Amino acid sequence: MFKILKYSFYDLMRSSWSYVYFLFYLGLGSVLLFLNNDVSKAVITLMNIIVVLTPLIGTIFGVMYYYNSREFTELLLAQPLKRSTIFIGQYLGVAISLAMSLVIGLGIPFFAYGLLQSTEIFNFLSLIIVGTFLTFIFTALAFNIALSNENKIKGFGYAILLWLFLAVIYDGLFLISLVVFQDYPLDKLSLTATMFNPIDLSRILILLKLDISALLGYTGAIFQQFFGTNLGMISSLAALLIWVIFPVYRIYKKSAKKDF
Amino acid sequence: MFIVINGYAQTIEVCNTCAVKSINEAIAKSKPFGKIMVQKGIYLEHDIIIDKPLHMVGINNPIVDGEKKSYVFIVKSDSVTVSGFTIKNPGQSYTKDYAAVYISQSNHFKFENNTLEKVFFGFLIEKSHYGTINNNQVSSNAVDQSSSGNGIHLWYCSNIRIENNEVHNLRDGIYLEFVKESEIINNKSYDNMRYGLHFMFSNHDEYHNNTFTNNGAGVAVMFSKFIKMTGNTFTQNWGTASYGLLLKEIYDAEIENNTFQENTIGINVEGSTRITYIRNNFIRNGWSVKIAGACYTNNFKENNFLNNSFDISYNSHMNDNTFNSNYWSSYTGYDLDKNGIGDVPYRPVKLFSYIVNKTPETIVLLRSLFVDIINFSEKVSPVFTPDELVDSTPLMKPIQ
Amino acid sequence: MIEIKNLHKKFGKVEVLKDLNLSISSKATNGAIFAVLGPNGSGKTTLIKSILGMVIPNQGQIEINGQSVLKKYHYRNDINYLPQIANFPSNLSVKELIKMVKNLRPKPASDKNFIQLFGLEPFLDKKLGNLSGGTKQKVNILLTFMFDCELIILDEPTTGLDPLSLINLKKIIIAEKQKGKTILITSHIMSFVEEMADEIVFLLDGKIYFKGTLDAIKKETQQTDLAHAIATILTKEHV
Repeated sequence: MFKILKYSFYDLMRSSWSYVYFLFYLGLGSVLLFLNNDVSKAVITLMNIIVVLTPLIGTIFGVMYYYNSREFTELLLAQPLKRSTIFIGQYLGVAISLAMSLVIGLGIPFFAYGLLQSTEIFNFLSLIIVGTFLTFIFTALAFNIALSNENKIKGFGYAILLWLFLAVIYDGLFLISLVVFQDYPLDKLSLTATMFNPIDLSRILILLKLDISALLGYTGAIFQQFFGTNLGMISSLAALLIWVIFPVYRIYKKSAKKDF
Repeated sequence: MFIVINGYAQTIEVCNTCAVKSINEAIAKSKPFGKIMVQKGIYLEHDIIIDKPLHMVGINNPIVDGEKKSYVFIVKSDSVTVSGFTIKNPGQSYTKDYAAVYISQSNHFKFENNTLEKVFFGFLIEKSHYGTINNNQVSSNAVDQSSSGNGIHLWYCSNIRIENNEVHNLRDGIYLEFVKESEIINNKSYDNMRYGLHFMFSNHDEYHNNTFTNNGAGVAVMFSKFIKMTGNTFTQNWGTASYGLLLKEIYDAEIENNTFQENTIGINVEGSTRITYIRNNFIRNGWSVKIAGACYTNNFKENNFLNNSFDISYNSHMNDNTFNSNYWSSYTGYDLDKNGIGDVPYRPVKLFSYIVNKTPETIVLLRSLFVDIINFSEKVSPVFTPDELVDSTPLMKPIQ
Repeated sequence: MIEIKNLHKKFGKVEVLKDLNLSISSKATNGAIFAVLGPNGSGKTTLIKSILGMVIPNQGQIEINGQSVLKKYHYRNDINYLPQIANFPSNLSVKELIKMVKNLRPKPASDKNFIQLFGLEPFLDKKLGNLSGGTKQKVNILLTFMFDCELIILDEPTTGLDPLSLINLKKIIIAEKQKGKTILITSHIMSFVEEMADEIVFLLDGKIYFKGTLDAIKKETQQTDLAHAIATILTKEHV
């Protein structure tokens, strides 16, 4: 698996897309930090962007990489390798190279700005953690979609739809149902609903860092318990981890049964 | 006047080995305008009634312990000065407001450099005028509101100066009811159950440069007129009904150069009129300002709104409230003519803040893309938010 | 060498292999070249991919040298496979790719000879994404033959090759055969098959329709060349 990972990673690290992605974060981070000179504001803007962009790039890259390397995958399949080795290796190659673009792209401007001396280091870390989690989750989801759809166009379509659903539509439906059922106790429901969407989960982690005062004040006892203690942080991280493990497990299962 | 008094002064010393062993005895023996020097030691006394003008000095921090029985000091005379004592354990009661220091109908008092510990009420001052409470520490270990009292409690007083005190772990840090022309300066009020500072029916008062941290709610100003609030800091007042500053039914107040940082709500305004807010900083609050009920002529000018989850929330009509020349960190407009003023007006009320008002649980969707989208569409064509609620001269840079 | 029993494979509702039985073995020390033929959709590629474990059969047994290969992967160390379409990670160089494949197979490789044979030296440091289709196919062939394996499976090996390379390929195949290898080839080019193959395996509708030597198939159809022989079978079947 490590060999496959290594070659997929090398392959992607040399593709111009990785550079574009890396340069995008480098540019964005630098502009926000150095032109604005307001670290808190930069972190908030970056968080808003990362929560939406990393899933999008993760899905598109994942699907694209899978379809583009299909023939090469066949060549690998004829080698004395386990199937899960090949696919998990490729998945990790994509996810790690994307995550590297993010971490290095944002890391350079932050370190240049003197992050280590500032109190924003924890915000930066949560930024990186959330971004990395989202990359791993959505690349895994993309591999799932690609493995289940031979048709490239269909696969792309589903991938975009998945992103659109989780990034926008889910929250829309969520908001509407909260407003419609506002006469009922909703706090448990709304916390549960966030667990089923990795983008919402990441947002919650960010809220825990940024807006905790607002949340603590305005909501009921269950929210207070969730957001006011470590419970919120731990359960969100645990849920994100499950969101990685489950799709990866499905890659493992699906790839074992698939015909090429 | 003091010099004259000192001229006549006769001094009585109190200590365990002295001729006079108790404070009560010393007061009884002392003539008016006398001086009592209390040496280091523990004095288990309560209901110490000071009924003549006296100058009482604690030497090396003597401790007066009321053993939770009743009042500790009761001042019933003008011109009483008390300094250098540690006063603790007044009684605790649901029917009587036992206090470490009870001042009633006495003028020109002065309490300085005292420490009041484990109090029910700290200073309880009634119908007294021209007094000073300076550089005292007042604390308790309040756990619930009904069985705890206030740190410095004033009722029907005027011309009182409360300065450089620290009050914490009480119900209200400082409480004023029917208090006129008084000043509250440079105090620190923190970790109190209810308010750091609480005004009721009090007019023409001022408070400056105080810090209110981590109270149930920072400062409540209710049913009062002509209050000046400048240079105060309100931080970390978190909780369900929590805010840095509550304005309820007040008129003609000035709020200048204050900092509101990390509160659930920076300022909560209800039914208040003719209030000016100038050069305040609102930093990382849930809501900077929440306006409810009929508020007229509230003017916000040159304030900095930095990284708050919501800037302004409104549930009523705009009336003639105005926002001018503020800096909003979430402003995304441009300044083509480089005059420091954004060319596009800023709308501080977001659609989402309306939704959250109606359905609080929707707050979990804060900062989601969907919410950004609906906020944006509301910004482009306002349907729910008042049309005239704009800052038409938003600043491009924060005010220093 | 290869024993296939009662092999079934469905893709959705389409039954591609229907109870296929096949036994392939080369006699003693002499190698043999088997050509797997059949019209489009007859199941050639599915059969080959089943042997390689790329397609998972619904039913049946595949054994190589007496060992079942289903759900295994180590046995592929002893198979060389040339896939139909060659497409490699576009950002790796030829050298890196060769290194990688060698890395994945724990056995000695003779890549140098083939690089020379196909004149690939100038391309070694080029990225695979920049190569022409023909050059890619050469790389593909190189990757297939550089290991020494008992069984060689070639899926449409002639695609995109220039005449010189085709001659080289034929030389290689014959050389491998002489070393005693069993070689399985699918091809549409009948002249190529006729030239190379010792035995024909003719697939039709997911079954082995005919298995035998070139002469046998010609005799049976009373034709003088393979192309006509095949044509005769197909017309007969569909009349």
